[in-house]
Amino acid sequence: MIVIRREICGYCGACVSVCPEAALELVDAYLEVDAEKCKNCRICVRVCPLGALEVSDEE
Amino acid sequence: MKSEYDILIIGGGPGGALAAKTAAEAGLSACIVEKRPAIGVPVRCAEGIGEDLIGEFFDEVDPKWISAKIERAKLIAPDGSSFYLDPAMAGNEVGYVLDRKFFDRDLIWQAVDAGAECYVRTRAVDAIVEDGVVKGAIIEYAGKQQEVRAKIVIAADGVESKFSRYCGIDTTVPLRELETCAQYLMTDIDIEPGVTVFYVGRDVAPEGYIWIFPKGERSANVGIGISGTQSKDGKRAKDYLDKYVQENFPEGKTIELIIGGVSVCQPLECTVGDGLIIVGDAARLSDPITGGGIYNAMYTGKLAAEVAVECIGKEDCSKKALMIYDETWRGSRMGKALDRNYQIKEIFVKLEDKQLNAILNSVNNLAMKEFSTLSLIKELIKLNPKILKDLAGVKKYFD
Ligand SMILES: Cc1cc2nc3c(=O)[nH]c(=O)nc-3n(C[C@H](O)[C@H](O)[C@H](O)COP(=O)(O)OP(=O)(O)OC[C@H]3O[C@@H](n4cnc5c(N)ncnc54)[C@H](O)[C@@H]3O)c2cc1C
Ligand code: SF4
Ligand code: SF4
Repeated sequence: MIVIRREICGYCGACVSVCPEAALELVDAYLEVDAEKCKNCRICVRVCPLGALEVSDEE
Repeated sequence: MKSEYDILIIGGGPGGALAAKTAAEAGLSACIVEKRPAIGVPVRCAEGIGEDLIGEFFDEVDPKWISAKIERAKLIAPDGSSFYLDPAMAGNEVGYVLDRKFFDRDLIWQAVDAGAECYVRTRAVDAIVEDGVVKGAIIEYAGKQQEVRAKIVIAADGVESKFSRYCGIDTTVPLRELETCAQYLMTDIDIEPGVTVFYVGRDVAPEGYIWIFPKGERSANVGIGISGTQSKDGKRAKDYLDKYVQENFPEGKTIELIIGGVSVCQPLECTVGDGLIIVGDAARLSDPITGGGIYNAMYTGKLAAEVAVECIGKEDCSKKALMIYDETWRGSRMGKALDRNYQIKEIFVKLEDKQLNAILNSVNNLAMKEFSTLSLIKELIKLNPKILKDLAGVKKYFD
Protein backbone atom coordinates (compact mmCIF):
# COMPACT_ATOMS: atom_id res chain seq x y z
CA MET A 1 0.00 0.00 0.00
CA ILE A 2 1.13 3.55 -0.70
CA VAL A 3 1.96 5.51 2.42
CA ILE A 4 1.93 9.29 2.22
CA ARG A 5 4.38 10.99 4.52
CA ARG A 6 2.48 14.18 5.18
CA GLU A 7 5.42 15.75 6.99
CA ILE A 8 7.40 15.59 3.72
CA CYS A 9 4.72 16.05 1.04
CA GLY A 10 4.46 19.55 -0.40
CA TYR A 11 1.09 18.87 -2.12
CA CYS A 12 2.33 19.71 -5.61
CA GLY A 13 0.30 17.19 -7.60
CA ALA A 14 3.18 15.77 -9.66
CA CYS A 15 2.29 12.25 -8.51
CA VAL A 16 -1.38 12.74 -9.38
CA SER A 17 -0.53 13.42 -13.03
CA VAL A 18 1.42 10.18 -13.54
CA CYS A 19 -0.80 7.73 -11.66
CA PRO A 20 -2.23 5.41 -14.32
CA GLU A 21 -5.10 4.33 -12.06
CA ALA A 22 -6.31 7.80 -11.02
CA ALA A 23 -5.87 6.57 -7.47
CA LEU A 24 -4.40 9.82 -6.12
CA GLU A 25 -6.35 12.95 -5.33
CA LEU A 26 -4.98 16.23 -4.09
CA VAL A 27 -7.47 17.88 -1.75
CA ASP A 28 -5.85 21.31 -1.70
CA ALA A 29 -3.20 20.84 0.99
CA TYR A 30 -3.26 17.11 1.44
CA LEU A 31 -2.97 14.09 -0.77
CA GLU A 32 -5.21 11.02 -0.59
CA VAL A 33 -4.75 7.57 -2.07
CA ASP A 34 -7.67 5.35 -2.98
CA ALA A 35 -6.47 1.93 -1.83
CA GLU A 36 -9.07 0.20 -3.98
CA LYS A 37 -7.81 1.75 -7.20
CA CYS A 38 -4.07 1.67 -6.41
CA LYS A 39 -2.15 -1.17 -8.09
CA ASN A 40 1.12 -0.56 -6.23
CA CYS A 41 2.99 0.21 -9.45
CA ARG A 42 5.21 2.72 -7.59
CA ILE A 43 5.27 5.25 -10.40
CA CYS A 44 4.19 7.94 -7.95
CA VAL A 45 6.96 6.91 -5.54
CA ARG A 46 9.50 7.49 -8.29
CA VAL A 47 8.28 10.87 -9.43
CA CYS A 48 7.93 12.72 -6.13
CA PRO A 49 10.48 15.57 -6.02
CA LEU A 50 10.73 15.26 -2.24
CA GLY A 51 10.41 11.52 -1.64
CA ALA A 52 7.16 11.74 0.32
CA LEU A 53 5.70 8.44 -0.87
CA GLU A 54 6.60 4.95 0.29
CA VAL A 55 5.25 1.48 -0.23
CA SER A 56 4.49 -0.41 2.92
CA ASP A 57 4.93 -4.20 2.77
CA GLU A 58 1.66 -5.26 4.32
CA GLU A 59 -1.02 -5.77 1.70
CA MET B 1 -23.20 29.62 -5.96
CA LYS B 2 -26.00 29.09 -8.44
CA SER B 3 -26.96 25.65 -9.65
CA GLU B 4 -26.56 26.57 -13.30
CA TYR B 5 -24.22 28.67 -15.47
CA ASP B 6 -23.50 28.99 -19.15
CA ILE B 7 -19.88 28.07 -18.52
CA LEU B 8 -18.32 26.38 -15.50
CA ILE B 9 -14.54 26.61 -15.21
CA ILE B 10 -12.55 24.16 -13.10
CA GLY B 11 -9.34 25.78 -11.83
CA GLY B 12 -8.30 29.38 -11.24
CA GLY B 13 -4.85 29.42 -12.88
CA PRO B 14 -4.03 31.58 -15.93
CA GLY B 15 -6.01 29.27 -18.22
CA GLY B 16 -9.17 29.37 -16.12
CA ALA B 17 -8.89 33.11 -15.53
CA LEU B 18 -8.63 34.00 -19.22
CA ALA B 19 -11.52 31.67 -20.03
CA ALA B 20 -13.76 33.25 -17.39
CA LYS B 21 -12.86 36.80 -18.36
CA THR B 22 -13.48 36.16 -22.05
CA ALA B 23 -16.82 34.45 -21.40
CA ALA B 24 -18.02 37.15 -19.00
CA GLU B 25 -17.05 39.94 -21.40
CA ALA B 26 -19.18 38.25 -24.04
CA GLY B 27 -22.14 38.47 -21.65
CA LEU B 28 -22.34 34.83 -20.60
CA SER B 29 -22.65 33.64 -17.02
CA ALA B 30 -19.34 32.10 -16.01
CA CYS B 31 -18.19 30.58 -12.75
CA ILE B 32 -14.69 29.57 -11.66
CA VAL B 33 -14.15 27.02 -8.91
CA GLU B 34 -10.67 26.92 -7.38
CA LYS B 35 -9.86 24.38 -4.72
CA ARG B 36 -7.09 26.38 -3.08
CA PRO B 37 -7.96 29.01 -0.50
CA ALA B 38 -5.97 31.65 -2.39
CA ILE B 39 -5.29 32.22 -6.08
CA GLY B 40 -1.70 31.81 -7.23
CA VAL B 41 -0.28 30.26 -4.06
CA PRO B 42 1.64 28.16 -3.46
CA VAL B 43 3.52 29.10 -6.63
CA ARG B 44 4.37 26.13 -8.87
CA CYS B 45 6.45 27.97 -11.40
CA ALA B 46 9.77 29.60 -12.33
CA GLU B 47 7.71 32.54 -13.61
CA GLY B 48 9.52 33.24 -16.88
CA ILE B 49 7.59 34.52 -19.92
CA GLY B 50 8.52 36.08 -23.25
CA GLU B 51 7.84 39.77 -23.67
CA ASP B 52 5.96 39.28 -26.95
CA LEU B 53 3.83 36.53 -25.44
CA ILE B 54 2.48 38.45 -22.49
CA GLY B 55 1.97 41.50 -24.72
CA GLU B 56 -0.62 39.55 -26.70
CA PHE B 57 -3.14 39.78 -23.85
CA PHE B 58 -2.58 43.18 -22.30
CA ASP B 59 -2.08 46.68 -23.66
CA GLU B 60 -0.08 47.40 -20.58
CA VAL B 61 1.87 45.11 -18.31
CA ASP B 62 1.25 46.08 -14.69
CA PRO B 63 4.63 46.77 -12.99
CA LYS B 64 3.60 44.78 -9.93
CA TRP B 65 3.38 41.61 -12.03
CA ILE B 66 7.06 41.90 -12.88
CA SER B 67 9.87 40.81 -10.58
CA ALA B 68 12.63 41.29 -13.14
CA LYS B 69 13.17 42.25 -16.75
CA ILE B 70 15.28 39.89 -18.80
CA GLU B 71 17.70 41.14 -21.45
CA ARG B 72 19.69 38.05 -22.31
CA ALA B 73 20.09 34.36 -21.56
CA LYS B 74 23.14 32.25 -20.77
CA LEU B 75 23.53 28.59 -21.57
CA ILE B 76 26.03 26.44 -19.68
CA ALA B 77 27.24 23.18 -21.20
CA PRO B 78 28.02 20.04 -19.18
CA ASP B 79 31.77 20.87 -19.31
CA GLY B 80 31.10 24.30 -17.80
CA SER B 81 31.70 26.33 -20.94
CA SER B 82 29.02 28.88 -21.68
CA PHE B 83 27.68 31.41 -24.13
CA TYR B 84 25.14 34.22 -24.13
CA LEU B 85 22.06 34.65 -26.25
CA ASP B 86 21.34 38.26 -26.99
CA PRO B 87 18.52 39.93 -28.84
CA ALA B 88 19.74 41.30 -32.16
CA MET B 89 18.82 44.78 -31.05
CA ALA B 90 20.72 45.63 -27.89
CA GLY B 91 18.74 47.15 -25.05
CA ASN B 92 15.56 45.28 -25.85
CA GLU B 93 13.80 43.35 -23.14
CA VAL B 94 13.15 39.82 -24.22
CA GLY B 95 11.13 38.65 -21.29
CA TYR B 96 10.02 38.93 -17.74
CA VAL B 97 10.22 36.97 -14.56
CA LEU B 98 6.74 37.43 -13.16
CA ASP B 99 5.49 37.52 -9.63
CA ARG B 100 2.74 34.99 -10.08
CA LYS B 101 1.28 35.62 -6.66
CA PHE B 102 0.20 39.01 -8.00
CA PHE B 103 -0.20 38.03 -11.62
CA ASP B 104 -2.53 35.06 -11.17
CA ARG B 105 -4.60 36.95 -8.63
CA ASP B 106 -4.99 39.96 -10.92
CA LEU B 107 -6.10 37.75 -13.79
CA ILE B 108 -8.91 36.41 -11.60
CA TRP B 109 -9.63 39.92 -10.44
CA GLN B 110 -10.09 41.00 -14.07
CA ALA B 111 -12.38 38.04 -14.66
CA VAL B 112 -14.65 38.87 -11.74
CA ASP B 113 -14.60 42.56 -12.68
CA ALA B 114 -15.89 41.47 -16.07
CA GLY B 115 -18.78 39.71 -14.33
CA ALA B 116 -17.57 36.17 -13.69
CA GLU B 117 -18.13 34.49 -10.34
CA CYS B 118 -15.27 32.87 -8.46
CA TYR B 119 -15.33 30.49 -5.52
CA VAL B 120 -12.17 29.51 -3.67
CA ARG B 121 -11.56 26.53 -1.39
CA THR B 122 -14.16 24.97 -3.66
CA ARG B 123 -13.37 21.76 -5.46
CA ALA B 124 -14.83 19.78 -8.33
CA VAL B 125 -15.03 16.22 -7.00
CA ASP B 126 -16.78 14.61 -9.95
CA ALA B 127 -18.29 15.32 -13.34
CA ILE B 128 -21.97 15.15 -14.19
CA VAL B 129 -22.09 13.07 -17.36
CA GLU B 130 -25.41 12.12 -18.96
CA ASP B 131 -25.53 9.93 -22.08
CA GLY B 132 -21.85 10.65 -22.61
CA VAL B 133 -22.40 14.41 -22.47
CA VAL B 134 -20.69 16.53 -19.79
CA LYS B 135 -23.41 18.54 -18.05
CA GLY B 136 -21.57 20.06 -15.12
CA ALA B 137 -19.73 19.08 -11.97
CA ILE B 138 -20.26 18.00 -8.41
CA ILE B 139 -18.79 20.84 -6.37
CA GLU B 140 -17.65 20.51 -2.79
CA TYR B 141 -17.63 23.63 -0.69
CA ALA B 142 -17.36 23.92 3.10
CA GLY B 143 -18.01 20.24 3.55
CA LYS B 144 -21.14 20.18 1.39
CA GLN B 145 -21.59 18.87 -2.11
CA GLN B 146 -23.84 20.38 -4.74
CA GLU B 147 -24.57 19.89 -8.41
CA VAL B 148 -23.58 22.73 -10.68
CA ARG B 149 -24.79 22.42 -14.25
CA ALA B 150 -23.39 24.22 -17.28
CA LYS B 151 -23.78 24.25 -21.03
CA ILE B 152 -20.01 23.85 -21.30
CA VAL B 153 -17.40 22.92 -18.69
CA ILE B 154 -13.85 24.19 -19.25
CA ALA B 155 -11.29 21.97 -17.52
CA ALA B 156 -8.41 24.27 -16.52
CA ASP B 157 -7.28 22.18 -13.58
CA GLY B 158 -3.58 22.16 -14.33
CA VAL B 159 -1.05 19.37 -14.19
CA GLU B 160 -3.23 17.07 -12.07
CA SER B 161 -5.92 17.13 -14.76
CA LYS B 162 -8.43 15.05 -12.82
CA PHE B 163 -11.62 16.61 -14.17
CA SER B 164 -11.11 15.16 -17.65
CA ARG B 165 -10.53 11.81 -15.98
CA TYR B 166 -13.87 12.10 -14.20
CA CYS B 167 -15.27 12.54 -17.73
CA GLY B 168 -13.58 9.35 -18.92
CA ILE B 169 -10.56 10.86 -20.70
CA ASP B 170 -7.17 9.40 -19.77
CA THR B 171 -4.77 12.27 -19.03
CA THR B 172 -1.97 10.18 -17.48
CA VAL B 173 1.48 11.61 -18.22
CA PRO B 174 4.12 8.95 -18.98
CA LEU B 175 6.67 8.88 -16.13
CA ARG B 176 9.55 9.73 -18.44
CA GLU B 177 7.68 12.78 -19.72
CA LEU B 178 6.90 14.33 -16.39
CA GLU B 179 9.63 16.70 -15.30
CA THR B 180 9.78 16.58 -11.54
CA CYS B 181 10.88 19.96 -10.22
CA ALA B 182 12.22 21.68 -7.13
CA GLN B 183 13.05 25.35 -6.79
CA TYR B 184 14.22 27.76 -4.11
CA LEU B 185 13.49 31.42 -4.09
CA MET B 186 16.91 32.57 -2.94
CA THR B 187 18.18 35.90 -1.84
CA ASP B 188 21.58 37.37 -1.08
CA ILE B 189 23.19 35.59 -4.01
CA ASP B 190 25.56 36.84 -6.71
CA ILE B 191 23.72 36.78 -10.01
CA GLU B 192 23.51 38.76 -13.21
CA PRO B 193 20.14 40.50 -12.68
CA GLY B 194 19.03 40.73 -16.33
CA VAL B 195 20.14 37.26 -17.33
CA THR B 196 18.34 33.93 -17.20
CA VAL B 197 20.80 31.06 -16.82
CA PHE B 198 20.32 27.46 -17.99
CA TYR B 199 22.58 24.50 -17.15
CA VAL B 200 22.26 21.25 -19.06
CA GLY B 201 23.94 17.88 -18.63
CA ARG B 202 23.39 14.43 -17.19
CA ASP B 203 25.32 15.13 -13.99
CA VAL B 204 23.61 18.39 -13.10
CA ALA B 205 20.10 17.67 -14.35
CA PRO B 206 19.46 14.38 -16.17
CA GLU B 207 16.97 14.89 -19.01
CA GLY B 208 16.15 18.35 -17.77
CA TYR B 209 17.91 21.52 -16.76
CA ILE B 210 18.82 23.82 -13.89
CA TRP B 211 17.60 27.39 -14.13
CA ILE B 212 18.37 30.70 -12.48
CA PHE B 213 15.58 33.21 -13.11
CA PRO B 214 16.36 36.56 -11.47
CA LYS B 215 13.76 38.05 -9.16
CA GLY B 216 15.78 41.14 -8.25
CA GLU B 217 19.34 42.42 -7.97
CA ARG B 218 20.46 39.65 -5.62
CA SER B 219 17.60 37.19 -5.62
CA ALA B 220 16.37 34.53 -8.03
CA ASN B 221 14.30 31.43 -8.59
CA VAL B 222 16.95 28.71 -8.58
CA GLY B 223 15.41 25.46 -9.68
CA ILE B 224 15.69 22.16 -11.47
CA GLY B 225 13.56 19.76 -13.44
CA ILE B 226 14.56 16.17 -14.19
CA SER B 227 12.74 13.39 -15.97
CA GLY B 228 10.54 11.18 -13.79
CA THR B 229 12.50 8.11 -14.86
CA GLN B 230 15.72 9.72 -13.56
CA SER B 231 14.18 10.40 -10.18
CA LYS B 232 14.96 7.97 -7.37
CA ASP B 233 15.91 7.90 -3.71
CA GLY B 234 18.93 10.12 -3.13
CA LYS B 235 18.64 11.43 -6.70
CA ARG B 236 15.42 13.34 -6.61
CA ALA B 237 14.93 16.87 -7.94
CA LYS B 238 15.49 18.34 -4.49
CA ASP B 239 18.72 16.33 -4.01
CA TYR B 240 20.17 17.70 -7.24
CA LEU B 241 19.07 21.20 -6.32
CA ASP B 242 20.61 21.03 -2.85
CA LYS B 243 23.89 19.87 -4.34
CA TYR B 244 23.90 22.69 -6.88
CA VAL B 245 23.03 25.32 -4.30
CA GLN B 246 25.67 24.10 -1.85
CA GLU B 247 28.31 24.31 -4.52
CA ASN B 248 27.25 27.61 -6.06
CA PHE B 249 25.39 29.67 -3.47
CA PRO B 250 26.53 28.32 -0.10
CA GLU B 251 25.88 31.69 1.56
CA GLY B 252 22.52 32.27 -0.10
CA LYS B 253 19.31 32.40 1.90
CA THR B 254 16.28 30.38 0.92
CA ILE B 255 12.94 32.03 1.55
CA GLU B 256 10.64 29.68 -0.34
CA LEU B 257 10.57 26.04 -1.47
CA ILE B 258 8.62 25.43 -4.65
CA ILE B 259 7.95 22.00 -6.05
CA GLY B 260 5.86 20.70 -8.89
CA GLY B 261 5.53 18.68 -12.05
CA VAL B 262 5.58 19.82 -15.68
CA SER B 263 4.51 17.58 -18.51
CA VAL B 264 6.75 17.45 -21.59
CA CYS B 265 4.64 14.89 -23.45
CA GLN B 266 2.53 15.41 -26.52
CA PRO B 267 -0.80 17.16 -26.02
CA LEU B 268 -3.91 15.06 -25.35
CA GLU B 269 -5.07 13.35 -28.52
CA CYS B 270 -8.28 15.34 -28.40
CA THR B 271 -8.94 18.35 -26.18
CA VAL B 272 -12.73 18.49 -26.41
CA GLY B 273 -15.68 16.27 -25.56
CA ASP B 274 -19.44 16.71 -25.65
CA GLY B 275 -19.91 19.74 -23.39
CA LEU B 276 -16.23 19.81 -22.43
CA ILE B 277 -13.13 21.83 -23.40
CA ILE B 278 -9.70 21.15 -21.86
CA VAL B 279 -7.12 23.96 -21.65
CA GLY B 280 -3.57 24.67 -20.50
CA ASP B 281 -1.61 22.16 -18.46
CA ALA B 282 -4.70 19.99 -18.09
CA ALA B 283 -4.53 19.39 -21.88
CA ARG B 284 -0.76 18.76 -21.58
CA LEU B 285 0.16 21.92 -23.45
CA SER B 286 3.36 23.00 -21.75
CA ASP B 287 6.37 23.30 -24.01
CA PRO B 288 8.31 20.01 -24.27
CA ILE B 289 11.69 21.76 -24.35
CA THR B 290 11.32 24.60 -21.87
CA GLY B 291 8.38 23.41 -19.76
CA GLY B 292 6.83 26.85 -20.18
CA GLY B 293 3.05 26.85 -20.06
CA ILE B 294 1.77 30.20 -18.80
CA TYR B 295 1.20 31.62 -22.26
CA ASN B 296 -0.19 28.36 -23.60
CA ALA B 297 -2.72 28.24 -20.78
CA MET B 298 -3.81 31.84 -21.34
CA TYR B 299 -4.04 31.42 -25.09
CA THR B 300 -6.10 28.23 -24.92
CA GLY B 301 -8.23 29.55 -22.04
CA LYS B 302 -9.20 32.56 -24.10
CA LEU B 303 -9.75 30.52 -27.24
CA ALA B 304 -11.86 27.96 -25.37
CA ALA B 305 -14.20 30.68 -24.13
CA GLU B 306 -14.47 32.25 -27.59
CA VAL B 307 -15.46 28.90 -29.05
CA ALA B 308 -17.83 28.24 -26.14
CA VAL B 309 -19.57 31.58 -26.67
CA GLU B 310 -20.01 30.81 -30.34
CA CYS B 311 -21.34 27.28 -29.75
CA ILE B 312 -23.69 28.30 -26.94
CA GLY B 313 -25.04 30.99 -29.29
CA LYS B 314 -25.76 28.32 -31.86
CA GLU B 315 -27.14 25.97 -29.21
CA ASP B 316 -24.76 23.22 -30.23
CA CYS B 317 -22.19 22.23 -27.60
CA SER B 318 -21.42 18.82 -29.05
CA LYS B 319 -17.88 17.54 -29.40
CA LYS B 320 -18.21 18.02 -33.13
CA ALA B 321 -19.10 21.68 -32.74
CA LEU B 322 -16.34 22.26 -30.16
CA MET B 323 -13.70 20.60 -32.38
CA ILE B 324 -12.96 23.99 -33.90
CA TYR B 325 -11.15 24.77 -30.62
CA ASP B 326 -8.90 21.73 -31.00
CA GLU B 327 -8.23 22.45 -34.66
CA THR B 328 -7.52 26.13 -34.08
CA TRP B 329 -4.87 25.74 -31.40
CA ARG B 330 -3.19 22.87 -33.25
CA GLY B 331 -2.89 25.06 -36.32
CA SER B 332 -1.71 28.08 -34.34
CA ARG B 333 1.87 29.18 -33.84
CA MET B 334 1.71 27.62 -30.38
CA GLY B 335 0.39 24.30 -31.70
CA LYS B 336 3.08 24.08 -34.35
CA ALA B 337 5.78 24.98 -31.83
CA LEU B 338 4.57 22.24 -29.47
CA ASP B 339 4.70 19.68 -32.26
CA ARG B 340 8.16 20.71 -33.45
CA ASN B 341 9.62 21.13 -29.98
CA TYR B 342 8.40 17.69 -29.00
CA GLN B 343 10.34 16.11 -31.86
CA ILE B 344 13.43 18.12 -30.99
CA LYS B 345 13.17 17.27 -27.31
CA GLU B 346 13.02 13.57 -28.14
CA ILE B 347 16.41 13.90 -29.85
CA PHE B 348 18.04 16.15 -27.27
CA VAL B 349 17.15 14.04 -24.22
CA LYS B 350 19.06 11.14 -25.76
CA LEU B 351 22.30 13.06 -26.31
CA GLU B 352 25.32 12.16 -24.20
CA ASP B 353 27.14 14.96 -22.39
CA LYS B 354 30.03 14.56 -24.85
CA GLN B 355 27.71 15.32 -27.75
CA LEU B 356 26.08 18.20 -25.92
CA ASN B 357 29.49 19.69 -25.18
CA ALA B 358 30.49 19.47 -28.81
CA ILE B 359 27.28 21.12 -29.95
CA LEU B 360 27.28 23.89 -27.39
CA ASN B 361 31.01 24.57 -27.72
CA SER B 362 30.50 25.30 -31.40
CA VAL B 363 28.56 28.40 -30.48
CA ASN B 364 29.97 31.78 -29.64
CA ASN B 365 27.66 34.38 -28.24
CA LEU B 366 24.63 34.63 -30.45
CA ALA B 367 22.68 37.69 -31.45
CA MET B 368 19.21 36.45 -32.30
CA LYS B 369 16.63 38.29 -34.37
CA GLU B 370 13.86 36.35 -32.77
CA PHE B 371 14.46 35.32 -29.18
CA SER B 372 13.14 31.80 -29.06
CA THR B 373 14.18 28.19 -28.69
CA LEU B 374 13.42 27.80 -32.39
CA SER B 375 16.00 30.39 -33.45
CA LEU B 376 18.53 28.85 -31.08
CA ILE B 377 17.97 25.36 -32.49
CA LYS B 378 18.23 26.73 -36.03
CA GLU B 379 21.62 28.22 -35.17
CA LEU B 380 22.77 24.99 -33.57
CA ILE B 381 21.81 23.04 -36.68
CA LYS B 382 23.62 25.47 -38.92
CA LEU B 383 26.78 25.02 -36.86
CA ASN B 384 26.49 21.26 -36.40
CA PRO B 385 25.12 19.72 -39.54
CA LYS B 386 26.83 16.40 -38.78
CA ILE B 387 26.19 15.87 -35.11
CA LEU B 388 22.59 16.80 -35.54
CA LYS B 389 21.95 14.53 -38.48
CA ASP B 390 19.36 12.92 -36.24
CA LEU B 391 17.43 16.10 -36.60
CA ALA B 392 16.89 15.30 -40.27
CA GLY B 393 13.49 13.99 -39.26
CA VAL B 394 12.48 17.37 -38.01
CA LYS B 395 13.96 19.32 -40.88
CA LYS B 396 10.50 19.86 -42.30
CA TYR B 397 9.68 22.07 -39.33
CA PHE B 398 12.38 24.53 -40.25
CA ASP B 399 11.51 25.20 -43.86
C1 LIG C 1 8.63 24.18 -11.18
C2 LIG C 1 7.86 24.74 -12.34
C3 LIG C 1 8.41 25.77 -13.09
C4 LIG C 1 7.70 26.32 -14.16
N1 LIG C 1 8.25 27.38 -14.82
C5 LIG C 1 7.56 28.00 -15.81
C6 LIG C 1 8.08 29.17 -16.43
O1 LIG C 1 9.14 29.69 -16.07
N2 LIG C 1 7.35 29.72 -17.43
C7 LIG C 1 6.16 29.21 -17.84
O2 LIG C 1 5.55 29.75 -18.77
N3 LIG C 1 5.64 28.10 -17.26
C8 LIG C 1 6.30 27.49 -16.24
N4 LIG C 1 5.77 26.39 -15.62
C9 LIG C 1 4.48 25.88 -16.08
C10 LIG C 1 3.32 26.77 -15.61
O3 LIG C 1 3.36 26.91 -14.21
C11 LIG C 1 1.99 26.14 -16.03
O4 LIG C 1 2.07 25.78 -17.38
C12 LIG C 1 0.80 27.07 -15.83
O5 LIG C 1 0.58 27.40 -14.50
C13 LIG C 1 -0.45 26.40 -16.40
O6 LIG C 1 -1.58 27.16 -16.15
P1 LIG C 1 -2.99 26.45 -16.01
O7 LIG C 1 -3.98 27.55 -15.84
O8 LIG C 1 -3.18 25.47 -17.10
O9 LIG C 1 -2.89 25.58 -14.67
P2 LIG C 1 -2.50 25.98 -13.18
O10 LIG C 1 -1.83 27.29 -13.12
O11 LIG C 1 -1.81 24.82 -12.61
O12 LIG C 1 -3.91 26.14 -12.47
C14 LIG C 1 -4.75 25.05 -12.22
C15 LIG C 1 -5.59 25.36 -11.01
O13 LIG C 1 -6.64 24.40 -10.90
C16 LIG C 1 -6.86 24.11 -9.55
N5 LIG C 1 -7.56 22.82 -9.48
C17 LIG C 1 -7.06 21.59 -9.79
N6 LIG C 1 -7.99 20.65 -9.64
C18 LIG C 1 -9.13 21.27 -9.20
C19 LIG C 1 -10.44 20.81 -8.84
N7 LIG C 1 -10.76 19.52 -8.90
N8 LIG C 1 -11.34 21.73 -8.43
C20 LIG C 1 -11.01 23.05 -8.36
N9 LIG C 1 -9.79 23.53 -8.69
C21 LIG C 1 -8.86 22.66 -9.10
C22 LIG C 1 -5.48 24.10 -8.96
O14 LIG C 1 -5.52 24.29 -7.56
C23 LIG C 1 -4.81 25.25 -9.70
O15 LIG C 1 -4.93 26.47 -9.01
C24 LIG C 1 6.44 25.80 -14.53
C25 LIG C 1 5.90 24.75 -13.79
C26 LIG C 1 6.58 24.22 -12.69
C27 LIG C 1 5.96 23.12 -11.91
S1 SF4 D 1 4.64 14.42 -5.77
FE1 SF4 D 1 5.31 14.20 -3.64
S2 SF4 D 1 5.21 16.27 -2.78
FE2 SF4 D 1 4.02 16.29 -4.68
S3 SF4 D 1 1.91 15.84 -4.00
FE3 SF4 D 1 2.83 13.90 -4.59
S4 SF4 D 1 3.65 13.07 -2.66
FE4 SF4 D 1 3.27 15.24 -2.31
S1 SF4 E 1 1.40 3.05 -6.79
FE1 SF4 E 1 0.75 3.35 -8.93
S2 SF4 E 1 -1.48 3.05 -8.85
FE2 SF4 E 1 -0.81 3.34 -6.73
S3 SF4 E 1 -1.10 5.53 -6.36
FE3 SF4 E 1 1.03 5.24 -7.03
S4 SF4 E 1 1.00 5.56 -9.23
FE4 SF4 E 1 -1.12 5.24 -8.58
